[in-house]
Amino acid sequence: MQQRFVSIWFCYLKTDWFVRRHQNLKDIPFVLAEVSHGRKVITAINPLAQKEGIAVGMVVADARASVPQLQAVDDVPGLNEKLLHAIGQWCDRFTPVVAVDAPHGLLLNVTGCAHLWGGETPYLKEIQRRFKEYGYHTRMAIADTPGAAWAVARYGNKSMVQSGKQSDALMDLPPAALRLSVPILEKLHKLGFRNIKGFMHMQRSALRRRFGKELLLQLDKALGHELETLLPILPPAEYTERLPCLEPIRTQAGIEIAIQKLLDQLCTRLQKEGKGIRNATLKGYRVDGHMVSTAVSTVLPSVNTHHLFRLFELKIPELEPDLGIEMFTLEATALEDLQAQQETLFEITGNLADKELAELVDRISSKLPSARIHRYLPVEGYWPEQSIQATPKLTGEPTTAWRTDKQRPVELLNTPRRIEVTAPIPDYPPMLFTYMGALHKVTKADGPERIERAWWMDRGYHRDYYAIEDEQGRRYWIYRLGHYDNTQPPGWFLHGYFA
Amino acid sequence: MALKADIIAQLKKELLQLQGIKLSGEFSAVQLPPAINQAFPQHTFPTGAVHEFISHHPEDFAATIGFINTILQALMAHGGPCMWISSRRQTFPPGLAVFGIQPERIVFVDVQTQRDVLWATEECLKCEKLAAVVSDLKEVSFVQSRKMQLAVEASRVTGFILRHQPKLTETTASVARWRIKPLATPKDELIPGLGFASWQVTLEKIRNGVPGSWQVINDPDGIMLYNPQTITEKNEQQIRKIV
Repeated sequence: MQQRFVSIWFCYLKTDWFVRRHQNLKDIPFVLAEVSHGRKVITAINPLAQKEGIAVGMVVADARASVPQLQAVDDVPGLNEKLLHAIGQWCDRFTPVVAVDAPHGLLLNVTGCAHLWGGETPYLKEIQRRFKEYGYHTRMAIADTPGAAWAVARYGNKSMVQSGKQSDALMDLPPAALRLSVPILEKLHKLGFRNIKGFMHMQRSALRRRFGKELLLQLDKALGHELETLLPILPPAEYTERLPCLEPIRTQAGIEIAIQKLLDQLCTRLQKEGKGIRNATLKGYRVDGHMVSTAVSTVLPSVNTHHLFRLFELKIPELEPDLGIEMFTLEATALEDLQAQQETLFEITGNLADKELAELVDRISSKLPSARIHRYLPVEGYWPEQSIQATPKLTGEPTTAWRTDKQRPVELLNTPRRIEVTAPIPDYPPMLFTYMGALHKVTKADGPERIERAWWMDRGYHRDYYAIEDEQGRRYWIYRLGHYDNTQPPGWFLHGYFA
Repeated sequence: MALKADIIAQLKKELLQLQGIKLSGEFSAVQLPPAINQAFPQHTFPTGAVHEFISHHPEDFAATIGFINTILQALMAHGGPCMWISSRRQTFPPGLAVFGIQPERIVFVDVQTQRDVLWATEECLKCEKLAAVVSDLKEVSFVQSRKMQLAVEASRVTGFILRHQPKLTETTASVARWRIKPLATPKDELIPGLGFASWQVTLEKIRNGVPGSWQVINDPDGIMLYNPQTITEKNEQQIRKIV
């Protein structure tokens, strides 16, 4: 497919930006200036100042002499790059490949994009109109090569270069249109080359001998004999689908249709490549220039549009269309190879790797982002709190068996609670204990079961656990922290409830 | 006459189905003592229904979990995994393993608020691949419980709603309401230590059944009615075997 490029030239980039911020500068000639060698030198001018004959590089004092009402504003260093970068990101709505063309322009690779706006002429008009709304003076051209588009945007008088016609378009332009360095330009000027046509068809060896490699390279780039690659601002996302809308979308039904369409496109493509979505981000570009986005994630890679749609459906309330969304993009930010879902001959129930279960978990975690969904696997540890490990994965068998030889409560308090205990003699289960103001008489007891700390993890006393039952049949798991000691009484704690 | 009885039995069955109790055929995974089974419609524990469990003390709550575990064990052995939804969970998985459950097959969903518990519960009850859903839901309104009941009627999942310290102002559409409390049993001289847990199981409400209250003991062979005579005999037998 023939590549097409648009070059946008911001004739008054910095001053337009200042006017946007300070409306009072709109109707007066003003310049930006910075201090250089003790003088204030003009670095940017607005159209009114240009009309008065002021040019970049003049000293402010000189300019004031000819135009007394001239305003001079301090320049901001690095503003050009910053502005171009921001505008380039905004241009993402027209094409995914936007490159900064310092100091005053942008280069867009618009191959295959213009037809979405109904052709190249309406496409360019739309871009120009949008910039005009923001108050930027722009000139732009579309051509087969970035070089030709650059030349025509700055030195040509039309904005369209038909495919393959770049040499015709360049004919009458001055040599400066080829992005040449100043010494070469001066040399060309000295030799009387007023336009490109004068030397375009000369022998290449003669040109190289006199002007070096640069001239030929730039000429080839403009004519398309040499490939020129753009460095996009946004790294190209591999799995992205875009959906520009004719009319801004404001309703839930409209957003749903957009999501459905994007998912259909993306999932068909992913399915062919044997990949599934783990994370996906939906972005909506609003009319007012803001961007709204939402993301979903899945436990297992999925290309099930119905399921993914349900996940996004839960997120639609987060998207504020405001005045309307004019373009949607859907990007698969994390992918995984699809696991072949084997059709089982017999329905083996109780499979945690089941797709439906994974989809249920996805739905819960996308509706309730703070929910903690996990399973527990046994760990080889005696200390009760360290005998289990939470895992967010749905699959995976325990590496060690659950221990059922010791009594363990069904409810374990997150923090053990102190109780008052009467024990007959050391190392015997208590007779009575008081907990939350109520007295419990112990009728049956099991224990002690001494559990030591993992000394390599933390230091402290061991616990002597007793399982006890009071006179009403209620069962508790209590422990004594440490040994009996003459100096200080041991601490007794309630740690859990048995069934 | 026999024909007439058959017709009536058939009609009763149909009525039950209309009321949301579907019978899973002859086989039932859940083995409860016959006396308790008598209370249920068709004398089988209603699976694919929502059961409520009321508790007021943490000890009662633990006993409730114990009783549910005995049922869960049977449901999970013959069915899918289980979801456990709560906003204030203290469940200790190794404690569940004692009941014969594989705790790694329980997916715990810890959420922030009771509102989230309700939403997640309803969503889980719709998933056919689950055997059961345990939900720590304090309050449930009639409409909410009706929605849950309709969900399980379609998916055949059994729901357990643990209502700890509820207000109990509204009637609910669940099939059964239980109250489980620890039961004090006299110390058996033959067995040292705690012995098996025993509970006072009260079935406060059962749709198309007969409510009742039973004293049960959680024997390794399953839940048994508590009867000091038989228990002692059994223990003696066991001891004889060991000796």
